Amino acid sequence: MKFIDEFRDVELAEKVIARIKLLSTRSARLMEFCGGHTVSIMRSGLRQLLPPGVEMLSGPGCPVCVTSNADIDKAIALAGLPDVIITTFGDMMKVPGSYSSLQQARANEADIRIVYSTLDALQIAKSNPTKSVIFIGIGFETTAPTIAASILQAENEGIKNYYVLCLSKLCPPIMKTLLDLGEIKLDGIICPGHVSVIIGSHPYEFIPRDYGVACVISGFEPLDILLSVEMLVKQIETDKPKVEIAYRRGVTPQGNKTALALMDQVFEVGSADWRGIGVVPASGLIISKKFERFDAEKAFSITTPPAKEPKGCICGDILRGVKIPLDCKLFRKACTPEHPVGPCMVSSEGSCAAYNQYEAE
Amino acid sequence: MDDETILLAHGSGSRLSHDLIEKNFLPSLTNPLLARLDDSAVFDLSGRLAFTTDSYVVSPIFFPGGDIGKLAVCGTVNDLSMSGAAPLYLSLSFIIEEGLTLGELKKVVASVKAAAEEAGVKVVTGDTKVVNRGSADKLFINTAGIGVIPPDVDISGANAKAGDKIILSGTIGDHGIAVMSQREGLKFSVPVQSDCAPLNKLVSDMLQASRHIHCLRDPTRGGLATTLNEFARQSGIGIRIEEDKIPIHDGVRGACELLGFDPLYVANEGKLVAVVPPDDAQKILTKMKRNKYGADSAVIGEVTADHKGRVILKTRLGASRILDMLSGELLPRIC
Repeated sequence: MKFIDEFRDVELAEKVIARIKLLSTRSARLMEFCGGHTVSIMRSGLRQLLPPGVEMLSGPGCPVCVTSNADIDKAIALAGLPDVIITTFGDMMKVPGSYSSLQQARANEADIRIVYSTLDALQIAKSNPTKSVIFIGIGFETTAPTIAASILQAENEGIKNYYVLCLSKLCPPIMKTLLDLGEIKLDGIICPGHVSVIIGSHPYEFIPRDYGVACVISGFEPLDILLSVEMLVKQIETDKPKVEIAYRRGVTPQGNKTALALMDQVFEVGSADWRGIGVVPASGLIISKKFERFDAEKAFSITTPPAKEPKGCICGDILRGVKIPLDCKLFRKACTPEHPVGPCMVSSEGSCAAYNQYEAE
Repeated sequence: MDDETILLAHGSGSRLSHDLIEKNFLPSLTNPLLARLDDSAVFDLSGRLAFTTDSYVVSPIFFPGGDIGKLAVCGTVNDLSMSGAAPLYLSLSFIIEEGLTLGELKKVVASVKAAAEEAGVKVVTGDTKVVNRGSADKLFINTAGIGVIPPDVDISGANAKAGDKIILSGTIGDHGIAVMSQREGLKFSVPVQSDCAPLNKLVSDMLQASRHIHCLRDPTRGGLATTLNEFARQSGIGIRIEEDKIPIHDGVRGACELLGFDPLYVANEGKLVAVVPPDDAQKILTKMKRNKYGADSAVIGEVTADHKGRVILKTRLGASRILDMLSGELLPRIC
């Protein structure tokens, strides 16, 4: 199939693997930041093909997984308000909060609808003028422009019953936090592909400069990732860390200016609550004063009991790359895709779901 | 008139009910057993019998490559065939939501007739109910089927043995994607037709080549991955398959890429997986390739004595990973 098979070509992959083996003389600890990369790596079995010195760790790049219990509790509380329709991406439905999940709230007669984009949510708002329609705005820089666009469209069309629970998060600041925490010693980062389509490569420049860690922005096919590993190993072997783009068919150094302008117009940078990491200043987006009437947290008054984490769940450690799913006592026992305890087992991009699906014990 | 709609009264046992059956079902499906119109079909049978039942609730009821009528006949014929039985008689029970047009019903009955004729089975008893709008979704069909198993055939999911070869009868994922492509809110254009087909003649060809087929199953809901996992668990063996041996249409692959599905989990309605002794694999495969429903058949892997209860997939890149059962739902109401 055109534009797919080329990036899964076995002969090319073998050549790149041979080149990596030739290059690799010292250990290289790499983190694939993005959950999409984790899935592609596991599904193709790519880790088994790399030389023993090259280690791959999964990072926190799954938007469902990094959503804190406190934020999920807020979404559930909003769902319980009268005359409210919650709209959300499907993955959020099953994620357990402190006490319940959106799925359970729906079974208890809350009106919760799965949408594929913010435009679907806007359409639901237009069709239900007597209800308040709230979109659960999770995601990284990839989805933030679409949330911004929906708020601008609601403003332009005078749609007064559309709101967003804004939980958008930013990748470069959390990478900095992980590096500052120093729990894991990284030599290189496979930087997220789709996020970088929006933000470009410049926002990662501080990583090689201040931390001496190599960075390569990768696409999602096995060959994309292999090529990125090769570029990282080359940087590490020559002690010349920098930011490189392997995903040139999607990413430019400047990013997508239109999308960035939309985000600037609607959002301000603010703190965000990350599962497993906590509240990190300047790592998220909040709706700016001008558009605050769309902000569900300001428009509705909700109170939630203190958030709590499920006993024994190590999703937080897994998201920081400190542990892997196989280290978790609950994995495949108390925690399965049918009965998830933590979010990493729910999202298709979550590390635990990927390990469960593809990795033998 | 074909745009006439079916009313609750059509199911009330009145003259309207009789009319509905006599004008729409009997002319297409008639045979001496059905034509008696008694409360049960009465017939003689001897030997080992296979008996099965299934309900069909696919939405939408018409999809590229078939409709709920064809699906109901093929599904039941295939369930019988997978135990090695030659299917003979079917029952057919229609639950109709008021408001279905007579034209739609006629189209479905015509498909039932065509599929039954192709498979060489007879519909010998049936029933029609009409329910209030909202109590069903257009049309549900329940079937039962009965067939005779040849004396020396013993096929079960529990019969796989280490060393056996695994044969797949063709491309996977066609039915699930064809139905998905028609769903509200997700309409997209794919050059994919449902593979819905009766497989009894393919199975009878295979049994001609060898009576020693160990397992047969049609990978419907849950797809190929789920069927292989069922074999591994039922037989207490391991299975190893190779990703690049599995035939998949480009249209299915493309749609799966877009929707984030894995074709190994997408439903089929005209494919089978066979587990056969290694010495018989080639002659069975040759026979299968000569049948139009097995033209793309391929050996995709083998049964192993190790990793019992698990299916291992060798990826295109040469690495290995587990291939688990489907967890949760993939596509709602595809059959």
